Amino acid sequence: MKKKLSPLSLIYSLLIFVFLYAPIAVLIIYSFNASKSRGTWGGFSLKWYAELFSNKDIMQALITTLSIAVISAVVSVVIGTAAAVGIYYSRRRTKALLTGISNIPMINADIVTGISLLLLFIFLKLDLGYVTLLLSHITFNIPYVILSVMPKLRQLDKNAFEAAIDLGATPLRAFFSVIIPEISPGIVTGAILAFTMSIDDFVISFFTTGGGVSTLSIEIYTMAKRGIKPEINALSAIMFLVVMTLLLIVNIRSSKVEKKKER
Amino acid sequence: MKDNLIRLENISMSYGEKQVLKSINLDVRDKEFITFLGPSGCGKTTTLRIIGGFEHQTSGNVYFDGQLINDVPPHKRQLNTVFQKYALFTHLNVYDNIAFGLRISKTPEHEIKERVQKMLSMVNLSGYEKRAVVSLSGGEQQRIAIARALVNHPRVLLLDEPLGALDLKLRKEMQTELKAIQQALGITFIFVTHDQEEALTMSDTVVVMKGGKIQQIGTPIGIYNEPVNAFVADFIGESNIIDGIMNEDYVCTFGGKTFDCTDCGFAKNEPVDVVIRPEDFRMVMPREEIICGIVENIVFKGVHYEMHVKSGDITYLVHSTIPEVVGTFVGLEVEPFDIHIMKKSKPEEN
Repeated sequence: MKKKLSPLSLIYSLLIFVFLYAPIAVLIIYSFNASKSRGTWGGFSLKWYAELFSNKDIMQALITTLSIAVISAVVSVVIGTAAAVGIYYSRRRTKALLTGISNIPMINADIVTGISLLLLFIFLKLDLGYVTLLLSHITFNIPYVILSVMPKLRQLDKNAFEAAIDLGATPLRAFFSVIIPEISPGIVTGAILAFTMSIDDFVISFFTTGGGVSTLSIEIYTMAKRGIKPEINALSAIMFLVVMTLLLIVNIRSSKVEKKKER
Repeated sequence: MKDNLIRLENISMSYGEKQVLKSINLDVRDKEFITFLGPSGCGKTTTLRIIGGFEHQTSGNVYFDGQLINDVPPHKRQLNTVFQKYALFTHLNVYDNIAFGLRISKTPEHEIKERVQKMLSMVNLSGYEKRAVVSLSGGEQQRIAIARALVNHPRVLLLDEPLGALDLKLRKEMQTELKAIQQALGITFIFVTHDQEEALTMSDTVVVMKGGKIQQIGTPIGIYNEPVNAFVADFIGESNIIDGIMNEDYVCTFGGKTFDCTDCGFAKNEPVDVVIRPEDFRMVMPREEIICGIVENIVFKGVHYEMHVKSGDITYLVHSTIPEVVGTFVGLEVEPFDIHIMKKSKPEEN
């Protein structure tokens, strides 16, 4: 069913891509600009990248971002998988209710989530900083894990767990040697998605951090307030590439799963 | 009783308000092929799941080999199950699926290999060891599921409508094959189906169920020839069920005519259900003492023709190898021993 695009629709598609990606392309090109001025091209150079990696604040923010992303991904995968299994095996009404509730944080505006978490932390008298930042990332990551694991659970034969028990496995063993491996593609997708979301987040982090702990996106924001330096271009370019690569992996994985099902 | 392997004693089961099993009593003999047969919602699968330990009865006892096993969890029961949709583990290949149970029981690898090979050759799938289960056809997956269960040498194999998803031809093949496997291994098979033909073909004993109750237990021949009530008669093969009256012992009236029959023990003039198999009618020249009617339609069914004969308010289903022209006025003859008299079932049971 491959149809050749008519010239008109080809132009239309190209225009959409230009609109979508031109700003990012400009950003990436200028991150290699030797001149400090934003309007003129002073030749190709990697000096902004070099400066970026020698900037202590940025390096500190990078470490924070990566560690928060990794830890929150791991924790939310554990909680989210357990939650998905619990929701899947509950009664129909409870299932619908819990699925709805777990989806709300995803459609909720980030700023609302951010402010509510901030209020909660103040109410609990928690000092804003690394811990509160981590807690909020875990919170907003869990729904994404549930969302990725759920379809794999639905594909699972409804008797798979019983089959394992029937063959002599204890319930615990059946869970770890059958259920977890069967849904593992969903778990991995959920982990990558959670990691990406964590790196990507600005609004919620902005409200829930404190004490000088900042992520890359907060660092970029702070730097930008003092005037946009070419280093920011370099940093944003790197972040864009990381996030895009991860999302590509997620998409390729899920389309592979689709193909497997069709066979 | 020595050769009783499983005994169900007053098993009842309720989900909240809804009672799905009403005091089931059943003995399963060692090495027999027993089938639970009934329409959907009759409680046959629930009974199977209680024996397997996947559901816990509300009241009553389950005995296995003389031991009370009410509180034995499913992974410690000496039986294995073939599930409706096979429930194969898609993350494992064929070999590892079959070896799953043996690995849990810590069987040495060389013995596992031997037993898996033996099972694969028994289900005619030798050489499939490395295949992914998702790449197999429905019939092949079914065989793997059977091999995965039988490799553990269970005393009893539970099968929950295992042939339901297969097409007709494959299903017939699997019926023969399953029966052969059961006889070769000498294992008790408890089979659940809603397909009466399947039940009659394969079983030593058929348990007909309806509305959470056992209607009749018997051999396929016994159940077909001597159904205890109109429901069983209708469910096992096609039947004419006609309102009648038992005038006295060995004499009954239906369709306005009086017949000799072979049943007795009813009250005088008690209303009864008269059950006659469509193949037990003979089409003859019309005469006074027998039922006469007009052939309403005729359908060719392969071995026989299926005809509806209307006589007064009653339409009789007749199977005959000789076709009759629609509109012909015919007589229907039936032998006394082919007239089955059933007590009217109580309204609450319907």
